[in-house]
Amino acid sequence: MAEEVKLFRTWSSGYALRIVWALKLKGIEYETIFEDLTNKSPSLLQYNPIHGKVPVLVHDGKPVCESLVILEYVDETWKHNPLLPQDPCEKSMARFWANFGDDKLMKSISQLFIAREKDQDVAAVEALENLKLVEEQLKGKKFFHGETIGYLDLAFGWFADFVSILEEIMSLKLVDGERFPHLSSWIQHFIDAPVIRDCWPPRDKMIIKFQVMREKYLAAATPK
Amino acid sequence: MAGEGVKLLGYWGSPFALRVRSALKLKGIEYEYQEEDLGNKSPLLLQSNPVYKKIPVLLHNGKSISESLVILEYIDEVWKHNPLLPEDPYERARSRFWAKFVDEKCVPALVGTISKVGEELEKGAREAREHLKTLESGLDGKRCFGGTKIGFADVAIGWIAYLARIEQEALKIQLIDQQNMPVLAAWIDYVLEDPVMKELMPPHDKVFKHMIDMREKLIAVVSN
Repeated sequence: MAEEVKLFRTWSSGYALRIVWALKLKGIEYETIFEDLTNKSPSLLQYNPIHGKVPVLVHDGKPVCESLVILEYVDETWKHNPLLPQDPCEKSMARFWANFGDDKLMKSISQLFIAREKDQDVAAVEALENLKLVEEQLKGKKFFHGETIGYLDLAFGWFADFVSILEEIMSLKLVDGERFPHLSSWIQHFIDAPVIRDCWPPRDKMIIKFQVMREKYLAAATPK
Repeated sequence: MAGEGVKLLGYWGSPFALRVRSALKLKGIEYEYQEEDLGNKSPLLLQSNPVYKKIPVLLHNGKSISESLVILEYIDEVWKHNPLLPEDPYERARSRFWAKFVDEKCVPALVGTISKVGEELEKGAREAREHLKTLESGLDGKRCFGGTKIGFADVAIGWIAYLARIEQEALKIQLIDQQNMPVLAAWIDYVLEDPVMKELMPPHDKVFKHMIDMREKLIAVVSN
């Protein structure tokens, strides 16, 4: 019996992209449902009643939520082309750094992104410290797990795209090739990789979206 | 069972360290325990978890694993007997989802409420109750998250069994409502009666006093 796989996503969600890439890497066919988060479909709310967020993977009618949980589900269900390393210690490192990316790194990048000009230098300090840690992880490797793309590359994928968007909107250089040679190199390899590159959301649309978002934050933060 | 050089850096009052101690005990793994003074962290802790400098940290065969849920997965993968996670990928995803939910929603709500007073306290308690009610839905009417016996999610969430009740007492608020959350209340009883979990729960009076002390300190900080 053919299995039915559906992915609920938005056009811009970096979390959903993780699953798009994972399914592509595994050659899994699926149906895409694009959501408008300002007007969520009854299906989305039924499959993810707790958070009402994307991505949601629905496999033969059973929903899986939270992108990193979904990645592990995909890897455990379709065992060919594994995303996570086999060794328990390396697997732990992958999970640790994926969580770091979503918590500490993302928070510090967001803080920098919405910082007023006078606060940018301070906000940049933490972001740069976190990026140094990521840089360390990439030493001697093309991708996070070695020669081929895996779980941690997909987990950091949002960053590969967002960093150039942030740099353009804010007119600053965050990841420069001198300070972050390995991270810069990873970004280049990742964004151009065959499985990855056709999935990026339209850049001009992303620039507008994040510009608007930034302006809203700055306006709200301005003392009246 | 000999645990080939297993050491845990922990803290008596940490729910996150309790997760790891529960997992090790459920699997019958012998280990060396080092109690950390969080106001004066050991060089070993700082060296083993340089990113967060937090407990728990599991040291095994010269490697260090940080982040409690990452440690639980590691333990389950290295010592495969008495598995914590179910075999089925969908059920594994559900266990991981609820463990994550607790960390993202219940922990901040329960911890955040400790320092609140008056209307803010009522609001905090209400929010915590909402998240606990949502958590209850994850039990799906069963006696525990693992189905018929303590599993990954029960180990991840088990600390709520003692902490929520003590917080109710210390702050004079309602969190676990027997009437409105009968399934969660029954789960708490089940966890507290489990022979392994019961022995590991920190002593009531010590936790109570610690919470009162912490509350007084935090309230003093906020009002200054």
